[in-house]
Amino acid sequence: MRPEVFKMVDRVVAIDPGLETIHCEGLVPEESSIFEGHFPGHPLMPGVLLIEAMAQTTGWLVLARNRFEKMPFLATVKEAKLRTFVVPGQNLDLYSKILHEGSGFVVAQTRCTCEGKPICNAELVFRVLPWPEGRMKDVVLKVAERVEFPVADYVDA
Amino acid sequence: MSSTFDTVANIIAETCDIPRDTITPESHAIDDLGIDSLDFLDIAFAIDKAFGIKLPLEQWTQEVNDGKATTEQYFVLKNLCARIDDLVAAKTA
Repeated sequence: MRPEVFKMVDRVVAIDPGLETIHCEGLVPEESSIFEGHFPGHPLMPGVLLIEAMAQTTGWLVLARNRFEKMPFLATVKEAKLRTFVVPGQNLDLYSKILHEGSGFVVAQTRCTCEGKPICNAELVFRVLPWPEGRMKDVVLKVAERVEFPVADYVDA
Repeated sequence: MSSTFDTVANIIAETCDIPRDTITPESHAIDDLGIDSLDFLDIAFAIDKAFGIKLPLEQWTQEVNDGKATTEQYFVLKNLCARIDDLVAAKTA
Protein backbone atom coordinates (compact mmCIF):
# COMPACT_ATOMS: atom_id res chain seq x y z
CA MET A 1 0.00 0.00 0.00
CA ARG A 2 1.21 3.50 -0.80
CA PRO A 3 -1.52 5.72 0.62
CA GLU A 4 0.27 8.95 -0.34
CA VAL A 5 -0.44 8.12 -4.00
CA PHE A 6 -3.75 6.36 -3.35
CA LYS A 7 -2.40 2.87 -4.02
CA MET A 8 -4.60 1.29 -1.40
CA VAL A 9 -4.87 -2.29 -2.65
CA ASP A 10 -1.78 -4.51 -2.77
CA ARG A 11 -3.40 -7.65 -4.06
CA VAL A 12 -6.70 -9.05 -5.26
CA VAL A 13 -6.98 -12.25 -3.21
CA ALA A 14 -10.21 -13.67 -4.60
CA ILE A 15 -13.21 -12.83 -6.73
CA ASP A 16 -16.10 -15.25 -6.45
CA PRO A 17 -17.22 -16.84 -9.74
CA GLY A 18 -20.64 -15.24 -9.48
CA LEU A 19 -18.98 -11.81 -9.26
CA GLU A 20 -20.89 -10.95 -6.12
CA THR A 21 -17.95 -10.61 -3.73
CA ILE A 22 -14.27 -9.75 -3.70
CA HIS A 23 -11.44 -9.98 -1.20
CA CYS A 24 -8.34 -7.78 -1.44
CA GLU A 25 -5.53 -6.98 0.94
CA GLY A 26 -3.31 -4.04 1.68
CA LEU A 27 -0.40 -3.63 4.06
CA VAL A 28 -0.26 -0.26 5.79
CA PRO A 29 3.34 0.88 5.30
CA GLU A 30 5.65 1.71 8.17
CA GLU A 31 6.61 4.94 6.42
CA SER A 32 4.42 7.32 4.43
CA SER A 33 4.21 11.07 4.04
CA ILE A 34 0.58 10.70 5.09
CA PHE A 35 1.78 10.14 8.64
CA GLU A 36 3.70 13.42 8.72
CA GLY A 37 0.40 15.15 9.27
CA HIS A 38 -1.83 12.35 10.51
CA PHE A 39 -0.56 12.63 13.16
CA PRO A 40 2.87 13.98 14.07
CA GLY A 41 4.36 11.46 16.50
CA HIS A 42 1.20 9.35 16.45
CA PRO A 43 0.76 7.81 12.98
CA LEU A 44 -2.79 6.68 12.21
CA MET A 45 -4.25 5.61 8.92
CA PRO A 46 -6.81 8.30 8.00
CA GLY A 47 -10.37 7.04 7.99
CA VAL A 48 -11.05 8.61 4.61
CA LEU A 49 -8.28 6.49 3.15
CA LEU A 50 -9.74 3.35 4.71
CA ILE A 51 -12.96 4.24 2.89
CA GLU A 52 -10.90 4.77 -0.26
CA ALA A 53 -9.38 1.31 0.19
CA MET A 54 -12.84 -0.23 0.45
CA ALA A 55 -13.93 1.79 -2.59
CA GLN A 56 -10.97 0.58 -4.65
CA THR A 57 -11.72 -2.98 -3.60
CA THR A 58 -15.28 -2.57 -4.83
CA GLY A 59 -13.95 -0.93 -7.98
CA TRP A 60 -12.06 -4.06 -8.99
CA LEU A 61 -15.22 -6.09 -8.55
CA VAL A 62 -17.29 -3.68 -10.64
CA LEU A 63 -14.60 -3.71 -13.36
CA ALA A 64 -14.70 -7.51 -13.36
CA ARG A 65 -18.48 -7.45 -13.68
CA ASN A 66 -18.47 -5.13 -16.68
CA ARG A 67 -15.25 -6.56 -18.16
CA PHE A 68 -13.52 -3.18 -18.02
CA GLU A 69 -16.09 -1.65 -20.35
CA LYS A 70 -16.88 1.17 -17.91
CA MET A 71 -15.27 2.81 -14.91
CA PRO A 72 -16.84 3.03 -11.45
CA PHE A 73 -16.58 6.39 -9.69
CA LEU A 74 -17.38 6.71 -5.99
CA ALA A 75 -20.55 8.77 -5.57
CA THR A 76 -21.94 8.19 -2.09
CA VAL A 77 -20.59 6.95 1.25
CA LYS A 78 -23.34 5.76 3.57
CA GLU A 79 -23.30 4.44 7.08
CA ALA A 80 -19.53 4.57 7.32
CA LYS A 81 -18.24 3.29 10.65
CA LEU A 82 -14.57 3.59 11.61
CA ARG A 83 -14.43 1.16 14.46
CA THR A 84 -10.82 1.22 15.57
CA PHE A 85 -7.47 2.84 14.86
CA VAL A 86 -5.23 1.49 12.11
CA VAL A 87 -1.48 1.94 12.56
CA PRO A 88 1.57 1.36 10.34
CA GLY A 89 2.40 -2.30 9.75
CA GLN A 90 -1.13 -3.66 9.92
CA ASN A 91 -2.28 -5.92 7.11
CA LEU A 92 -5.83 -5.14 6.08
CA ASP A 93 -8.33 -7.51 4.55
CA LEU A 94 -10.79 -5.66 2.35
CA TYR A 95 -14.11 -7.16 1.33
CA SER A 96 -16.95 -5.98 -0.83
CA LYS A 97 -20.31 -7.41 -1.76
CA ILE A 98 -22.61 -6.14 -4.49
CA LEU A 99 -26.03 -5.22 -3.12
CA HIS A 100 -27.48 -3.96 -6.38
CA GLU A 101 -26.41 -3.21 -9.91
CA GLY A 102 -28.68 -0.66 -11.51
CA SER A 103 -28.48 1.14 -14.81
CA GLY A 104 -25.30 3.17 -14.54
CA PHE A 105 -24.78 2.65 -10.83
CA VAL A 106 -23.76 0.02 -8.30
CA VAL A 107 -24.45 -0.26 -4.58
CA ALA A 108 -22.07 -2.31 -2.45
CA GLN A 109 -21.56 -3.27 1.18
CA THR A 110 -17.89 -3.07 2.11
CA ARG A 111 -15.83 -3.88 5.16
CA CYS A 112 -12.28 -4.02 6.34
CA THR A 113 -10.78 -6.34 8.92
CA CYS A 114 -7.36 -6.92 10.47
CA GLU A 115 -6.60 -10.40 11.76
CA GLY A 116 -10.33 -11.07 11.65
CA LYS A 117 -11.27 -8.07 13.76
CA PRO A 118 -13.61 -5.47 12.25
CA ILE A 119 -11.91 -2.20 11.36
CA CYS A 120 -14.51 -0.32 9.37
CA ASN A 121 -17.49 -0.75 7.08
CA ALA A 122 -19.66 1.31 4.78
CA GLU A 123 -22.28 1.15 2.08
CA LEU A 124 -20.91 2.71 -1.08
CA VAL A 125 -22.65 3.88 -4.26
CA PHE A 126 -20.74 4.23 -7.53
CA ARG A 127 -21.66 5.83 -10.79
CA VAL A 128 -20.51 3.52 -13.57
CA LEU A 129 -19.57 5.64 -16.57
CA PRO A 130 -17.85 5.33 -19.93
CA TRP A 131 -14.08 5.66 -19.70
CA PRO A 132 -12.94 9.26 -19.90
CA GLU A 133 -10.93 10.38 -22.89
CA GLY A 134 -7.23 9.76 -22.51
CA ARG A 135 -5.14 7.08 -20.94
CA MET A 136 -7.11 6.26 -17.82
CA LYS A 137 -8.20 2.79 -18.95
CA ASP A 138 -4.63 1.85 -19.88
CA VAL A 139 -3.38 3.05 -16.51
CA VAL A 140 -6.06 1.08 -14.67
CA LEU A 141 -5.18 -2.05 -16.65
CA LYS A 142 -1.53 -1.64 -15.63
CA VAL A 143 -2.54 -1.25 -12.01
CA ALA A 144 -4.67 -4.38 -12.41
CA GLU A 145 -1.56 -6.37 -13.25
CA ARG A 146 0.28 -4.90 -10.26
CA VAL A 147 -2.45 -5.98 -7.84
CA GLU A 148 -2.66 -9.45 -9.42
CA PHE A 149 -6.15 -8.86 -10.76
CA PRO A 150 -6.89 -11.78 -13.12
CA VAL A 151 -6.92 -9.57 -16.19
CA ALA A 152 -7.02 -12.41 -18.71
CA ASP A 153 -10.25 -13.70 -17.19
CA TYR A 154 -12.06 -10.39 -17.30
CA VAL A 155 -10.76 -8.40 -20.25
CA ASP A 156 -11.76 -9.30 -23.77
CA ALA A 157 -8.78 -9.53 -26.08
CA MET B 1 -51.26 3.22 -11.20
CA SER B 2 -52.24 4.61 -7.83
CA SER B 3 -50.34 1.98 -5.87
CA THR B 4 -47.27 2.49 -8.05
CA PHE B 5 -47.50 6.22 -7.46
CA ASP B 6 -47.93 5.78 -3.72
CA THR B 7 -44.88 3.54 -3.54
CA VAL B 8 -42.76 5.92 -5.62
CA ALA B 9 -43.95 8.99 -3.73
CA ASN B 10 -43.20 7.33 -0.41
CA ILE B 11 -39.71 6.38 -1.65
CA ILE B 12 -39.05 9.97 -2.75
CA ALA B 13 -40.39 11.42 0.49
CA GLU B 14 -38.24 9.13 2.59
CA THR B 15 -35.10 9.24 0.46
CA CYS B 16 -35.02 12.99 -0.13
CA ASP B 17 -36.80 14.21 3.00
CA ILE B 18 -39.54 15.86 0.95
CA PRO B 19 -42.99 16.27 2.56
CA ARG B 20 -45.16 13.50 1.17
CA ASP B 21 -48.15 15.79 0.62
CA THR B 22 -46.16 18.00 -1.77
CA ILE B 23 -45.52 15.09 -4.13
CA THR B 24 -48.18 14.68 -6.80
CA PRO B 25 -48.48 12.69 -10.04
CA GLU B 26 -47.84 15.95 -11.88
CA SER B 27 -44.60 16.69 -10.00
CA HIS B 28 -41.43 16.79 -12.05
CA ALA B 29 -38.78 15.05 -9.98
CA ILE B 30 -36.04 17.44 -11.06
CA ASP B 31 -37.78 20.74 -11.78
CA ASP B 32 -40.48 20.66 -9.09
CA LEU B 33 -39.01 18.48 -6.35
CA GLY B 34 -35.40 19.56 -6.80
CA ILE B 35 -34.05 16.03 -6.86
CA ASP B 36 -30.53 15.92 -8.28
CA SER B 37 -28.91 13.06 -10.15
CA LEU B 38 -27.12 11.73 -7.08
CA ASP B 39 -30.29 11.57 -5.01
CA PHE B 40 -32.02 10.00 -7.96
CA LEU B 41 -29.58 7.08 -7.75
CA ASP B 42 -30.92 6.34 -4.27
CA ILE B 43 -34.47 6.62 -5.59
CA ALA B 44 -33.67 4.32 -8.50
CA PHE B 45 -32.08 1.81 -6.11
CA ALA B 46 -35.23 1.81 -3.96
CA ILE B 47 -37.56 1.60 -6.98
CA ASP B 48 -35.53 -1.25 -8.49
CA LYS B 49 -35.77 -3.14 -5.22
CA ALA B 50 -39.44 -2.38 -4.58
CA PHE B 51 -40.60 -3.45 -8.04
CA GLY B 52 -37.95 -6.03 -8.96
CA ILE B 53 -36.96 -4.10 -12.06
CA LYS B 54 -34.01 -2.12 -13.39
CA LEU B 55 -34.91 1.40 -14.40
CA PRO B 56 -33.03 2.04 -17.67
CA LEU B 57 -31.52 5.32 -16.50
CA GLU B 58 -28.60 5.22 -18.91
CA GLN B 59 -30.93 4.81 -21.88
CA TRP B 60 -33.23 7.58 -20.67
CA THR B 61 -30.33 9.94 -20.09
CA GLN B 62 -28.95 9.21 -23.53
CA GLU B 63 -32.31 9.85 -25.16
CA VAL B 64 -32.67 13.18 -23.35
CA ASN B 65 -29.12 14.21 -24.22
CA ASP B 66 -29.70 13.28 -27.85
CA GLY B 67 -32.91 15.30 -27.98
CA LYS B 68 -34.98 12.18 -28.66
CA ALA B 69 -36.96 12.54 -25.43
CA THR B 70 -37.77 15.18 -22.86
CA THR B 71 -37.15 14.93 -19.16
CA GLU B 72 -40.92 15.23 -18.70
CA GLN B 73 -41.39 11.84 -20.37
CA TYR B 74 -39.35 10.13 -17.68
CA PHE B 75 -39.28 12.36 -14.63
CA VAL B 76 -42.84 13.66 -14.27
CA LEU B 77 -44.02 11.15 -11.70
CA LYS B 78 -47.15 9.96 -13.49
CA ASN B 79 -44.97 9.21 -16.52
CA LEU B 80 -42.28 7.59 -14.40
CA CYS B 81 -44.95 5.38 -12.79
CA ALA B 82 -46.29 4.40 -16.22
CA ARG B 83 -42.74 3.36 -17.21
CA ILE B 84 -42.43 1.35 -14.03
CA ASP B 85 -45.75 -0.39 -14.72
CA ASP B 86 -44.54 -1.21 -18.24
CA LEU B 87 -41.30 -2.67 -16.90
CA VAL B 88 -43.16 -4.73 -14.31
CA ALA B 89 -45.57 -5.99 -16.97
CA ALA B 90 -42.70 -6.86 -19.31
CA LYS B 91 -41.00 -8.78 -16.52
CA THR B 92 -44.05 -10.86 -15.72
CA ALA B 93 -45.12 -11.39 -19.34
